[in-house]
Amino acid sequence: MNFNLTKEQEMVRTVMRQFAENEVKPIAAEIDETGRFPVENVKKLARYNMLGIPFPVEYGGAGGDDLAYVIAVEELSKVCATTGVIVSAHTSLACWPIYKYGTEEQKQKYLVPLAKGEKLGAFGLTEPNAGTDAAGQQTTAVFDGDNYILNGTKIFITNGGQADVYIVFAMTDKSKGNKGISAFIVEKDFPGFSIGKIEDKMGIRGSATAELIFRDCVVPKENLLGEEGKGFKIAMSTLDGGRIGIAAQALGIAEGAFEETVKYVKERQQFGRPLAKFQGLQWMIADMATEIEAAKMLVYRAAMNKASGLPYSKEAAMAKLFAANTAMSVTTKCVQLHGGYGYTKDYPVERMMRDAKITEIYEGTSQVQQMVIAANILK
Amino acid sequence: MNIIVCIKQVPDTNEVKIDPVKGTLIREGVPSIINPDDRNALEEALRIKDQFEDVKVTVVSMGPPQAQVALVEAIAMGADEAYLLSDRAVAGSDTLATSTALTATIKYIGDFDIIFCGRQAIDGDTAQVGPQIAEHLGIPQITYVENLKIEGNKVIARRSLEDGYFVIESEMPVLLTAIKELNEPRYPSIKGIYEGFKGDKIKVVSAKDVNADMDNIGLDGSPTNVLRSFTPPVKVKNLEMIEGTPKEKATKLIARLKQENII
Amino acid sequence: MAVIVNEEKCIGCGACVDRCPFDAIEMINGKAVIGEACRICGACIKVCPVEAIYKEEEKKKGVNIDDYKGVWVFAEQREGNLLNIALELLGEGRKIADALGVELSAVLLGNKVDNLADKLIKYGADKVIYAEHELLGVYTTDAYAKVICELINERKPEILLIGATNIGRDLGPRISARIHTGLTADCTKLDVDLENRRLMQTRPAFGGNLMATIITPNHRPQMATVRPGVMEKAEYDESRKGIVDKFVPELTESDIKAKVVETVKGGKAEVKLEEAKIIVSGGRGLGNKEGFKLIEELAKKLGAVVGASRATVDAGWIDHAHQVGQTGKTVRPDLYIACGISGAIQHLAGMKESKCIVAINKDKDAPIFQVADYGIVGDLYEIIPEIIKALDSGDELLEVASAEE
Repeated sequence: MNFNLTKEQEMVRTVMRQFAENEVKPIAAEIDETGRFPVENVKKLARYNMLGIPFPVEYGGAGGDDLAYVIAVEELSKVCATTGVIVSAHTSLACWPIYKYGTEEQKQKYLVPLAKGEKLGAFGLTEPNAGTDAAGQQTTAVFDGDNYILNGTKIFITNGGQADVYIVFAMTDKSKGNKGISAFIVEKDFPGFSIGKIEDKMGIRGSATAELIFRDCVVPKENLLGEEGKGFKIAMSTLDGGRIGIAAQALGIAEGAFEETVKYVKERQQFGRPLAKFQGLQWMIADMATEIEAAKMLVYRAAMNKASGLPYSKEAAMAKLFAANTAMSVTTKCVQLHGGYGYTKDYPVERMMRDAKITEIYEGTSQVQQMVIAANILK
Repeated sequence: MNIIVCIKQVPDTNEVKIDPVKGTLIREGVPSIINPDDRNALEEALRIKDQFEDVKVTVVSMGPPQAQVALVEAIAMGADEAYLLSDRAVAGSDTLATSTALTATIKYIGDFDIIFCGRQAIDGDTAQVGPQIAEHLGIPQITYVENLKIEGNKVIARRSLEDGYFVIESEMPVLLTAIKELNEPRYPSIKGIYEGFKGDKIKVVSAKDVNADMDNIGLDGSPTNVLRSFTPPVKVKNLEMIEGTPKEKATKLIARLKQENII
Repeated sequence: MAVIVNEEKCIGCGACVDRCPFDAIEMINGKAVIGEACRICGACIKVCPVEAIYKEEEKKKGVNIDDYKGVWVFAEQREGNLLNIALELLGEGRKIADALGVELSAVLLGNKVDNLADKLIKYGADKVIYAEHELLGVYTTDAYAKVICELINERKPEILLIGATNIGRDLGPRISARIHTGLTADCTKLDVDLENRRLMQTRPAFGGNLMATIITPNHRPQMATVRPGVMEKAEYDESRKGIVDKFVPELTESDIKAKVVETVKGGKAEVKLEEAKIIVSGGRGLGNKEGFKLIEELAKKLGAVVGASRATVDAGWIDHAHQVGQTGKTVRPDLYIACGISGAIQHLAGMKESKCIVAINKDKDAPIFQVADYGIVGDLYEIIPEIIKALDSGDELLEVASAEE
């Protein structure tokens, strides 16, 4: 296993770090405070091809690789987890399934503008009664000869309301269970499609999390993604990749909080010496650094597997499970090390702790990751 | 229009620290970057390219083979082509010898309307190479440019002074040096990074390739010599820490300063 | 390669490896090997305990240096006013000329500035070479370089000092390239090696992390730009006499390719940091742009000028004109109050010569305390308002404080 990044990946990291520091970090606290979707970040990300990193240039992408994409999400999430998930959901959950399963026409029509960042993408799978049990889809799609007519509701959709293009899952044949699910590419302006409730969240507050409502929504038949009945497979394989993005986000959150904390413990004096001089606290620092490094190895490993065409379902699940755990445990300790100040908005670690929690929940809870890992081992 | 931008790869001097025990520079982990002022020069060239048709931006640099990465970055920002003059023969060049070598490279590249340089590099802070190239090429120079307009065959530049500015007009070809105030440089694009590393837009040339005047480059062709270098001694001071509540600290400080007739 | 290791003598102690500022030396098989990163600074030569490292003799072409005599300083004027740097150069030039036993000349270019010529004599010039022309009223690279280069070729000075102002740094390199001589930028110290009449030009490099002494052995004049605010000004002496050599140079409009079409004064905050007696500087510790309001308030109370660290300027909290340090101004006021400035080496480079330094910082290990005379560890937002209050009723408080001792 090669632990060295390529020259390209190294430069991507440098550029992403500068971009994150100069463009994203200054507004991160305000985005969290107001819960405002950071449109300006999306525009800037688009300008530098940061919304289509792993896709070929001919499809509007940057011609980069999966690890470079992971590094981008990681660096963004160090300073602003909201921006991290916008990129992750767009890239992994909207662009990727079109790239993987779309027809050439669909790629030209949808992937090109998405990967260029001219349009933003989202992924609609979760329903009020189909969360972890994604196969229990209640949204229906009925074919009328020319179009599919969609009816139902999706919830907790990242980039919902802000996105132009949605990958939506619906039952085309209820009798077939999860083999009756199909995937569709839905544009925001399709008749019968509307945005419902916008969630007021604990963390990643600037990311739009919305309800999608389909009332006799008309989707042209050429917008069927993949074959009829293959929707569940598309959803699951998309989420395998999406988990790497979220794992990268979790990793970034942990690293961001850790960097702030290292700075703080050197600065902050108690009992006449910096916190960094207390051995008990040094142990916490050492443990956190080790956890982060382990998480990074798992996340990069999953991305490298994906990039080189190796199986990555288990690796992605492990990466997300561990990185999300790490994010939660590290940010909690970071708040602890900041003491009272850490509990205030004067320091960013409390935001990072709130942001970290979602990584244990979305795109498959930690328990789902455990199911995926176990299923891969026990099959 | 052809614009040639001179850039230099420099160690990020902000990251350079002194080893407090040995008194030497700690260079480990100090990243190499495109010199900040040069980035402003490149940005302005790229803005001209964005604004007008048929503008070609060529970047030129001198340095060891590793400096190619700076050229990749320039390509990733949007430059069309890049040349690196890399040759043992130019090692040890002072500013005049550097300007001689770069002038040869510029002539080798061909036609130009604007030569853009950064005002100065952060490792040397001399601000000399730009004007010296202009002199070798026999073209006018406008240094410390903080604002630029192109009108026909003319450039109109606001040239910064300590207490104001000059508005200076010149016909092209002209050499300009950029300062930070000129613009906000763009980032390299991710697509550009992958394109840049393909290497097909970057040419590495030797002093012979560009027909440089071998007598006036490198250490032997440099009028100046470094006689010696040393790390500046840090003055040992008698520090008095002032303790107490904020109010006591303030009061005691003012008292001390008054006793010493400083205020 | 100009720095050579004598392998026979090298004992492999590694002293040179540690000392090399450029990481250019490696130990291979117990011998020092100098690699491509070498900049021929010679730091290793001095540190080698067995004199195994030496500099290869230069074989350089140059000019007949004996033809060149006298010290010139460029007397920069703007709108008919001499800049302080001109007087600083006269102060330094006087010392050098006396050491060499030669004449000190001030080179003055302008239009109807005869009064300045007299002033330059009173400030120590033996001679003023005054080129008067209406095209020299406002500085242009083309006209000034032409006149000065012609003068150099005709009169052959051995040393030419120019202030490292935005104009001096435009003019100097243009002249040096035309004359083909060495130019050392931004010198902070000048000495003369009397043995060979060489000007030893010391300047900071690498963001002030390294000082280098530079010579121009075989070319003349030896040119240097000198950082404003570093050298001591010449003393004014009403009784001094000297020669004003006034002439009208040949200049036409067509000599000037880059034309000044407008001159604007101000347009940015006029901060004469270099001349301030007291400077109150703010750093990253202010936390935000608003913090400078507090700094300004304190500065106003003390009759001080506001300074800033590079970090705050980079963050856009304050204009670059306020920046103190390697890439900003070099200052040496009577009192420098550093508020929330950690004291990066670049910053120290610009202010550590201040007579008295007060540092206020919440980090007691901040390097700023190493150069400070008085240190206060604490939150500047608590301390500074107290200082402002204390200044309001200063006299009374002084008595109280003295009584405490």
